[in-house]
Amino acid sequence: MSEGNDWAEATPRLSSDVLLEAVTRELAAWEGDELAEFLARAPESKDEYRSGSGLPIKRVYTPADLPADWADIGLPGRYPYTRGPYPTMYRGRGWTMRQIAGFGQAEETNQRFQYLIAQGQTGLSVDFDMPTLMGLDSDDPMSLGEVGREGVAIDVLPDMEALFDGIDLENISVSMTINPSAWILLAMYICIAEDRGYDLNKLSGTIQNDILKEYIAQKEWIFPVRPSMRIVRDTIGYCSEHMSRYNPVNISGYHISEAGANALQEIAFAMAITKAYVQDVTAAGVDVDTFAPRLSFFFVSQADLFEEVAKFRAARRYYAKMMREQFGASNPQSMRLRFHAQTAAATLTKPQPLNNIIRTTLQALAAVFGGAQSLHTNGLDEAYAIPSEMAMKLALRTQQILADETGIPSVIDPLGGSYYVENLTTQLEQGIADYMTKIDDMGGVVAAIEQGFFQREISDTAYDFARRKASGERPVIGVNKYVDPGEDQKIETHTLDPESEARQIARLTKVQDNRDTSRAQAALTNLLAVARDPDANLMPATIEAVRAHLSMGEITGALRMVFGSYFETAVF
Amino acid sequence: MQGATMRSTQDGSEHAIRVLLAKIGLDGHDRGVKVVARTLRDAGMEVIYTGLHRTPEQVIEAAIQEDVDVLGISLLSGAHMPIFTKIFQLLGDLPETPRFSIVAGGVMPDEDEEQLKKMGVAEVLSQDTTPDDIVAKVRWLAQDQPSQL
Repeated sequence: MSEGNDWAEATPRLSSDVLLEAVTRELAAWEGDELAEFLARAPESKDEYRSGSGLPIKRVYTPADLPADWADIGLPGRYPYTRGPYPTMYRGRGWTMRQIAGFGQAEETNQRFQYLIAQGQTGLSVDFDMPTLMGLDSDDPMSLGEVGREGVAIDVLPDMEALFDGIDLENISVSMTINPSAWILLAMYICIAEDRGYDLNKLSGTIQNDILKEYIAQKEWIFPVRPSMRIVRDTIGYCSEHMSRYNPVNISGYHISEAGANALQEIAFAMAITKAYVQDVTAAGVDVDTFAPRLSFFFVSQADLFEEVAKFRAARRYYAKMMREQFGASNPQSMRLRFHAQTAAATLTKPQPLNNIIRTTLQALAAVFGGAQSLHTNGLDEAYAIPSEMAMKLALRTQQILADETGIPSVIDPLGGSYYVENLTTQLEQGIADYMTKIDDMGGVVAAIEQGFFQREISDTAYDFARRKASGERPVIGVNKYVDPGEDQKIETHTLDPESEARQIARLTKVQDNRDTSRAQAALTNLLAVARDPDANLMPATIEAVRAHLSMGEITGALRMVFGSYFETAVF
Repeated sequence: MQGATMRSTQDGSEHAIRVLLAKIGLDGHDRGVKVVARTLRDAGMEVIYTGLHRTPEQVIEAAIQEDVDVLGISLLSGAHMPIFTKIFQLLGDLPETPRFSIVAGGVMPDEDEEQLKKMGVAEVLSQDTTPDDIVAKVRWLAQDQPSQL
């Protein structure tokens, strides 16, 4: 990127002019000679080759495709962190194997956690059911059929106590995939920690709490965009004061990808969202270096192996530069991007389900090559059910084999220096910058959401993908290629206990009937007063509200009167 | 092309096939339903999409009001059995059986597909159903088939 600049001479160049000249000359000769002769006899299978996100791909890469400066590649644990956030990476500590789990009532999920810990899992990750994700109670009419289905049902503090019963929260990190209602679950988590006498500063874990990507992709919301942003700001502010090891927001490209976006859109939109949060929190007077070290990320690991590795590297480099150059961060921890990866559920197929093990393995490989800090590998039955115990165990074993049998973790960023991967990394980084300009021109992320920009971009890519899949241009083994109509692989799937919903509703009712009514009433009144003051932090009042056994639905229901509700204008 | 997306009614007139696509409950997975919406629209049909988070009552009401030929309901949350049970209960309570056919879309185990068809769902589309196949099935259902309900 320093071509022709005066200072280019001063920065260490990756390729000398002599080498570049020789390479260019040899490439031209080869194209005119061996290649031309070969193509004349046997053409290639396609006229043009493209990466998963549509970037043009050359047939071979050379030193001429490397970034100009060594500084863009550099060393792990050092700005711009292209090669990884830490100087030792997996040599020091393996990635955290964090399989998400959650279904039914809290006790059932607690048992699954105990099982996963016994199998060697090193971090917990909680999946909540749809009503909990949307901040509704189990007895809400909209919750029909959803209670405990896709995740665990949490309505009141005693549910959360049962979820973590017997689990030492000071010694295992807990990630919670929760967004518009995240701050309420964080409040419950804090109550449990306080009741058990834990030091809040020792708790490590993450709430997803990435509300902007909800309006863009995952579509879980309660309030309109701006009050929701205020809640995110409050959680970041609270954690930076009281929970120094806790990640109060996990900026998620994953759902953007699953909604249909390609690799470039995933990281570009995630970076745009990051910028919006950082602008918001710094505007509230919080110093960037006090909270940025706790920002964490979540990306998908998709099928296009090399582009995925480049994607992770590009995101790290872009983020480092953005934090330093645009936000004036000076603490190195504010510039190093740490991420959790999950393999791509949308790539899994219902036909020939055992093929999904292979897909997941390759995607996990990309995440490890890309330097993920933690990883979830999908169950082979994920295309149509929440994973059975057998599927979860196989998925965990996949990670353990990668970690212990392949030797891959011994070397940091083993694809660094690859002409191809370095070139893709640079192209993707440039692609983020281009999207960023476009979004800034629209007036920023919130304005772009309101104009439906992201939603349209994603649905265009999803539609294009569906068409390429239908035409066979994008092969999916077992679906549009090597179809095996005679095959009928029956696999055991997880089934939901039909009584679970009634039991959960009964428990909620019991807690509400037995609580101290005046304390609950006072807590609610106070919460509403705090909500009306846009400069106040909602967290302390929410902690008291959950302690007074107000339910999640009661809290969000009351706050809708202050904040309003969000409705999407659907575009397709 | 145009002719094939028209359906002829009993009085001999023709109109474009009308489809209502719906998301019911809290499920936010709208990638599939939007691809289907565009696919059917590109095939010349009139497509109405409800957007997210509708109730069974709202969707049936809209399908009747809009006088559609086909009602497509997309569910990827796993709640398809309770929600379709509710849908068919509500339809059973109507004084007159509506003329539209019902198509389900999403990720569903085989056993559930069979159950849904027994309830009265005309077709179950999955993420692996091709766009051409979707168009063909909707056309077939719209061509004055006796209602499958």
